[in-house]
Amino acid sequence: MKSHPLIRLLDRGATLFLVLLAAFAITIPVLNLLVPDGSALHVSTYFVALFGKYICYGLLALSIDLIWGYVGILSLGHGAFFALGGYAMGMYLMRQIGSRGVYANPILPDFMVFLNYSELPVFWYGFNHFAYAALMVLLVPGLLAFVFGWFAFRSRVTGVYLSIITQAMTYALLLGFFRNNFGFGGNNGLTDFKDILGFNVQADGTRNSLLVISCLMLAICFLLCRAIVTSKFGMVLVAIRDAESRTRFLGYRVEAYKLFVFTVSACMAGVAGALYVPQVGIINPGEFAPANSIEAVIWVAVGGRGTLTGAVLGAFVVNYAKTFFTSGFLAPYWLFMLGGLFIGTTLLMPRGIIGTYNAWRSKRAEALEENAKSAAKEDGSMPSASAAE
Amino acid sequence: MTENKFDSNLTKKVDKQTTSALLYLDGISVSFDGFKALNELSFIIEPGEMRAIIGPNGAGKTTMMDVVTGKTRPDTGEVYFEAGTHDLSKLDETEIAGLGIGRKFQKPTVFDMHTVEDNLLLALKNDRGVRAALLWQSSSPQEKRIDEVLDTVRLKGLRSRIAGSLSHGQKQWLEIGMLLAQEPKLLLVDEPVAGMTDAETQQTAELLKEINRTKTVVVVEHDMHFVRELGVKVTCLHEGSVLAEGTIDQVSTNDRVVEVYLGR
Repeated sequence: MKSHPLIRLLDRGATLFLVLLAAFAITIPVLNLLVPDGSALHVSTYFVALFGKYICYGLLALSIDLIWGYVGILSLGHGAFFALGGYAMGMYLMRQIGSRGVYANPILPDFMVFLNYSELPVFWYGFNHFAYAALMVLLVPGLLAFVFGWFAFRSRVTGVYLSIITQAMTYALLLGFFRNNFGFGGNNGLTDFKDILGFNVQADGTRNSLLVISCLMLAICFLLCRAIVTSKFGMVLVAIRDAESRTRFLGYRVEAYKLFVFTVSACMAGVAGALYVPQVGIINPGEFAPANSIEAVIWVAVGGRGTLTGAVLGAFVVNYAKTFFTSGFLAPYWLFMLGGLFIGTTLLMPRGIIGTYNAWRSKRAEALEENAKSAAKEDGSMPSASAAE
Repeated sequence: MTENKFDSNLTKKVDKQTTSALLYLDGISVSFDGFKALNELSFIIEPGEMRAIIGPNGAGKTTMMDVVTGKTRPDTGEVYFEAGTHDLSKLDETEIAGLGIGRKFQKPTVFDMHTVEDNLLLALKNDRGVRAALLWQSSSPQEKRIDEVLDTVRLKGLRSRIAGSLSHGQKQWLEIGMLLAQEPKLLLVDEPVAGMTDAETQQTAELLKEINRTKTVVVVEHDMHFVRELGVKVTCLHEGSVLAEGTIDQVSTNDRVVEVYLGR
């Protein structure tokens, strides 16, 4: 703990991660915009949007790893915060359509005209301003997480029980958002977006910009997570994960720590959802489906729980596999593969990709040290002073 | 809030002030599903005292600690800390720890994934708030304090070891070290020598005596040799209440105690 805070923040893995992310954020737009269409190196716009989506999933996975990996809160409802952030962004994008909709109503989105709304519901007010929508992207998931967490953590709901009520939470929201009279477009959700901040959402330039912004947000959130987990706060989180009542008896208010980190995590998931929606062009209640949240947990498990970088890697690997397998003749079997992947990871590689790699590295370092020690012993110099101490 | 509590407890408070006790238990009863774990338990710990609490399995020793540390609420009875100033039955674990009561568990409980040093750092007496923890910086007074504690609990050479890799006895000591780092007024130590070798037991007795020079200590223990080693006043519990109290010689020759322990 004695090293400089900046060194703690940016260890080898974290630096490598940021460098790779920056390289990715530069390479993809360059290969899309500057390399001509026919070239083998050209990345199509389809892939730009796809990678942009993966980055958003990476951010969602990061937010889950922060609470699952470091405090042991297994949220199986994090998709809810992701979707709420997405809806906040979707509402802004809907208001930007203006009179270009099918019904050409300058105020009301199409689905409201269709459902005979006479005026805009109060909770849609303000969403024509980007700043307001951006605030809601953080505020709505954050507030829900705060209220939910306040009750759950104060009542000391932990472990599998907490996981179950997070599932219930996202399922309740799913049912609510499916209803037409809820005011969010029912099962069709929000779609047919035209532009964001005046730029056409379909344009190549916008897509590349969204990818770069997503990478930037991922980098910022990653640094935020690193700052949290490398501080004394982070040490307390791990202490809570490993021995909650011990931490309590040391005088730490465990529920306050959990509530803080759970709320931060929900805000990050909201940001991920908000970046996701303009890139995929739609948000509907399906995003609240419990299965989505569980899938996100699988990404973290595969990449390596409690490593941060592993969560992002896991989101990439699993989603790339998903894209690959669901577009061919193997498509009907994808869910079996996903299930198999989860079981396989749990049984054979419980630490995930990065976790296993880290364990292998520290084992090798230990072995090298051991070798050096025995070599020194054979030399006859200093009969192992450190061991005697 | 405190103002209010004082008013409603005014009569009680005056009553409790007649005693100078650091810890005051009166008529504590706790039952779990009809089983009376504590039955009208009453005793007093004076400031600066070291007390050994013995008793057969199921006598209520651990439940007594749970009541004092806020883990279990008593059904009836009163628990006061610091000459009647704090009613412990109304506070939770965090608040009670903040008042200066530290607890060592029966099974050594340290943070396995943290180093010995970080375990102590987490225990060090300082602001426990979220913001303080986020903005925390290491400082030389803290480092010095950690050094002192490491010296006291004889773990100096293991400073940067992961706590999970320590031996059983070393974990016990680390946990006692964490208690010390907390700088509590009262230490509750549950079976500190369980699973220790004779030499380690001896060292632990010395350690506790050393700690008792500045702090009040309550030790719950099965090991009679260890209790004798401590040479302090002994309270024997049986079926949730006090059976006998006095020196180890008095207690161990008490007919009722012999009966309970030997099952005659």
